[in-house]
Amino acid sequence: MSTLQVDVWRGAEAGRFQRFEVPREANQTVLDVVTYVQRRLDPTLAYRFACRVGMCGSCAMTVNGVARWTCRTHVAKVAGDGRLEIGPLANLPVIRDLATDMREFFDKWARARGSHAPTATRRDDFARVPPASPARAAADAGIECIGCGVCYASCDVVAWNPDYLGPAALNRAWTLANDVRDGARAERLRAVAGDAGCHACHTHMSCTERCPQAIAPTASIAGLKRATALAVLKGEL
Amino acid sequence: MSPRAEVKLWIAQRASAAVLALCVVVHLVVIVYAMRGGLSAAEILGRTRGNVGWLVFYGGFVLAAAVHAPIGLRAIATEWLGWRGRSLSVAVHLLAIVLAAVGLRAAWAVFG
Amino acid sequence: MRSDFRARSHPAWWAFLVHRLSGLALALFLPFHFWALGQALAGPAALDGFLAWTERPLVKAAEWGLVVLLAAHLAGGLRLLALEFLPWRDWQKSLLAAAAGLTIVAGLALALAL
Repeated sequence: MSTLQVDVWRGAEAGRFQRFEVPREANQTVLDVVTYVQRRLDPTLAYRFACRVGMCGSCAMTVNGVARWTCRTHVAKVAGDGRLEIGPLANLPVIRDLATDMREFFDKWARARGSHAPTATRRDDFARVPPASPARAAADAGIECIGCGVCYASCDVVAWNPDYLGPAALNRAWTLANDVRDGARAERLRAVAGDAGCHACHTHMSCTERCPQAIAPTASIAGLKRATALAVLKGEL
Repeated sequence: MSPRAEVKLWIAQRASAAVLALCVVVHLVVIVYAMRGGLSAAEILGRTRGNVGWLVFYGGFVLAAAVHAPIGLRAIATEWLGWRGRSLSVAVHLLAIVLAAVGLRAAWAVFG
Repeated sequence: MRSDFRARSHPAWWAFLVHRLSGLALALFLPFHFWALGQALAGPAALDGFLAWTERPLVKAAEWGLVVLLAAHLAGGLRLLALEFLPWRDWQKSLLAAAAGLTIVAGLALALAL
């Protein structure tokens, strides 16, 4: 049975990679590897996981330089030469080892006005929204985001521009901008316009490349660019 | 800068890009055509001297470039040099004015 | 933690880099280009003097390089306008190939003309 050479980040922003030898199994995910290290080799290793079946996004880490869900990354796919490098997600402060501080990620979500502003009450009838309508189709294309942070960690503009709201927050704002029941459209467009918002996106498309839910935040951000431009030209922004 | 102003910058960048796309295609075709067998002042000026069409074309080309290039450089300055704020804004505006001035001078020079 | 080159190894990122670097090079070149043409104000002789200088092989190579950069920036820019304004399609990667192709065509055309 062969072994894996696994370099795991230890420490915070300042730290180093620590090498472990982990037995290689026939069916093994990167999360299995991290779990093995923490349970059998070094109990002081800090890492996050929850569902371990690709639904919650908690186990997102940097594997061989690329942000991924570790529970859905087979070792066979990424450790061709028997070597793995596992680190915390990029663009976020490191609490310890593989766990990052996600507060700014969610703060930016709020700053992008990424929450629904209701217009109906319990006394009103249900809203009727045809699923095939263009607005609903646009919203549905981005609605499956679970806030895992992979896109945010993959985005270089986030690294270069500390104020940039990032792909996830902007994608959520776009889904809400297309929600016919929402009442905060003008306010939301104002929140996502400008150097900290959608206009800082340079279409690197790393977010779209890496999103485990196959969402294309680039498409959503392009939509926001069009929507804000239209709003300015119509005098609404 | 207000969100409104930043949106207008984006619109200006895309609009000038569209204008430049047309101008550059024409310019590239002309360059490739004109450069066959070498280039001389007489050849260039023979085409442009007294030609109002070329003057308008190159004048518009210059103005579009004077809008487009500084906005692009601004993005590079903020993201790769960490340069932000008032001093950058002044520098970018200055660059736009200088490009427009030197460019329009050149367009006028070949018009004669 | 910062990302490194491994996070950037995909085509759309390279397209961005080509677009940004070509734009930077053209922006730096443009004032010089305007100044050179402005030499015509001093009369055809001054412009011819300058044009004689451009006959040197290294300058010719640089000119060819600039045209390729211009074509690359244009093609990349058209791709961006398509991505931002046209409905999203799954074949955007083909847009990138088309942009690269256009650039090569322009470069070849000029190479033959030179």
